[in-house]
Amino acid sequence: MNGARIVIESLKKEGVDTLFCYTGGAVISIFDELHKHGEGLRLIQPRHEQGGTHAADGYARSTGKTGVVLVTSGPGATNTITGIATAYMDSIPLVVITGQVSTDKIGTDAFQEADVTGITLPITKANFLVKDIKDLALTIKRAFYLAGTGRPGPVVVDIPGNVQRQDYPFRYPDDPQLPNYRPKTTGHPKQIRTTVKMLEKAKKPLILAGGGINLSEANDELNKFLNKSGIPVATTLMGHGINPEDERLYCGFMGMHGTLYANYAIQNADLIIAIGVRFSDRITGDTSVFAKNAKLIHVDIDPAEIGKNIPVDLPIVGPATSVLKELNASDIHGNYSHWVDEIDEYRRKNPLTYDKEGLLKPQYLVELASRIFPDNTIVATDVGQNQMWVGQYYRFRYPRTFLTSGGLGTMGFGLPAAIGAAVGNPDREVLMFSGDGGFQMNMQELNTIRKYKLKVKMIIMDNSYLGMVRQWQELLFDKRYSGTDMNDNPDFLKLAEVFGIKAVRLEDAAHAEEIIRELAECQTSMLVHAVVDPKQNVLPMVPAGKPLDKVITKF
Amino acid sequence: MGENQQLSDHIVSVLVNNHPGVLSKVTSLITRRGFNIDGISAGNTKQSDMFRLTIVVKGDDRSIEQIQKQLYKIIDVVKVWTITNESKLDREIGLIKIRIPHGQRNEILQMINVFKASVLDAGPEGFIVEITGTTEKIDSFLSLFEHHQIVEVARSGIVAMNRWDKK
Repeated sequence: MNGARIVIESLKKEGVDTLFCYTGGAVISIFDELHKHGEGLRLIQPRHEQGGTHAADGYARSTGKTGVVLVTSGPGATNTITGIATAYMDSIPLVVITGQVSTDKIGTDAFQEADVTGITLPITKANFLVKDIKDLALTIKRAFYLAGTGRPGPVVVDIPGNVQRQDYPFRYPDDPQLPNYRPKTTGHPKQIRTTVKMLEKAKKPLILAGGGINLSEANDELNKFLNKSGIPVATTLMGHGINPEDERLYCGFMGMHGTLYANYAIQNADLIIAIGVRFSDRITGDTSVFAKNAKLIHVDIDPAEIGKNIPVDLPIVGPATSVLKELNASDIHGNYSHWVDEIDEYRRKNPLTYDKEGLLKPQYLVELASRIFPDNTIVATDVGQNQMWVGQYYRFRYPRTFLTSGGLGTMGFGLPAAIGAAVGNPDREVLMFSGDGGFQMNMQELNTIRKYKLKVKMIIMDNSYLGMVRQWQELLFDKRYSGTDMNDNPDFLKLAEVFGIKAVRLEDAAHAEEIIRELAECQTSMLVHAVVDPKQNVLPMVPAGKPLDKVITKF
Repeated sequence: MGENQQLSDHIVSVLVNNHPGVLSKVTSLITRRGFNIDGISAGNTKQSDMFRLTIVVKGDDRSIEQIQKQLYKIIDVVKVWTITNESKLDREIGLIKIRIPHGQRNEILQMINVFKASVLDAGPEGFIVEITGTTEKIDSFLSLFEHHQIVEVARSGIVAMNRWDKK
């Protein structure tokens, strides 16, 4: 069996059914074998490798399966870099297979040669250059094992053309043969017991739920824990998808643009159990006073996250699901109703709010969509104001329903991520929110929607600005709107029309509900070009590096 | 990281699988996490498929712990540990090409003897000296010479171990 066929048979052994791929000279052999033996593999060919990689990422985020990308050498591979880095920052499992020039040409600056393992070293969990056909099947086994276990992440497998053409017997190994790679599968029982003791002493405990909750699919266990213990919960942006029975326990998301009451809860708690959180600068603000009154218990699968940014009182290394299971099996004696009342009182005095007068408000659109679309809708955002408004005003109740580039903050992520989600979840609603700027960064993928007849609902919140940067300019740069003006945008309706996608323009609040309902009920893809108030800011806002309780609520 | 804390040299030993690119994976990780490598040496171990790296980095205790945890995330890293100051045994080799002015040969040979160094090569203009010892010893040997006398210096970087437990 030749190497190209070995790749395909290995993918089948891994249970892969969807491949986001773009052909080229250095993967022509693999595509040829796909042509002959690709039964059971659905090929989704985007219009750009970056779009394809974000789509694989959206597929992975929404389904929990590992996203698989296949591209050619050189520019094919370098076009995936932003997608790989995005997945790496948010710990999303991807296997990216890249063609490479033949082994005898490596290092000669051959046509379409790039040092892909060198370039992707800092943005992959692991990467491999397969120089010998006899290592090929084992390497693919390792790639999937590494991508999907422990703290997930992208893995690159670079396969030279001649290796794809060499013959070797195919045997897919059961064992990845990685004796040094042993991610923890349970939290240490002693640490769990200590947690229970600390909870008994605490008056104002708080759960801080991060992206690890979604990655570990620990939402049910966490909801159970919240219901049982009566402890309130705040999430990070990536932690959305928590749904306790008592809505008063839910504080929404915290951090730079988090709710005042979530940040209040963080700063006033006396014990925080942070689960699957990496304490990025966007959630901590000034680290020296972050959660200054609280003892901190940090649960994470990756020991390197513990103590990286914030000193921790009690570390628990393990997957969120099993740690929460162990906690749910323990008796927790504590009544925290005063604390819940305190947060609730604070919430009533400081709700999320915006000026509802005048031009169409983007926040209103998000509120409407959250009310009208089904609860299990998968929502993808781009990056910037649109992302934060969705984070604030969309109520996510289920795991893996919010797809957003939290760590890298990649503009252009929203549309292709929504496409990947639609590919992986044909029976569910997929809703994309984007700004006018980010949408144009990967708008060629509208053709992917057309080509595969996908159902993606799109809302472009067009303020004709790169709004988040404009907001910073308003606040910190004396309103010098340098480089953020987008009043030369194309006609988004005509654009959609070119790709055969139904589109409507929405300009006033009076028609908003009717159009969002139409969007939700539409049986095909549809795009709403919403012309929104250009001067809306995302508030509240904790300026970068400031304490979480030094909040700006008005400009 | 650790701007307000005392920075000092730490020696980190790393046992790695002898796979292509592993050295660059280790050094690039340390660098991109914001730490500076002051010295590095690499060599075989008793297992032919493993390499031992000895790395000197500046940092506070917390950042050294962070480096160790990050290193463990490299798939080919088998073991990481630090060499503690109390039980440190460390050596470095230096090859030094020295230019010797007329009439100073004997005096310099005496210095070489005092430092238990040895002459590997001699020519009309000077010696090549091999010296083994701690980094400090090699530094102090070098400081005996005028800058222009030292033609070339090649140092191995530190190799280090923790001593036998004395308890």
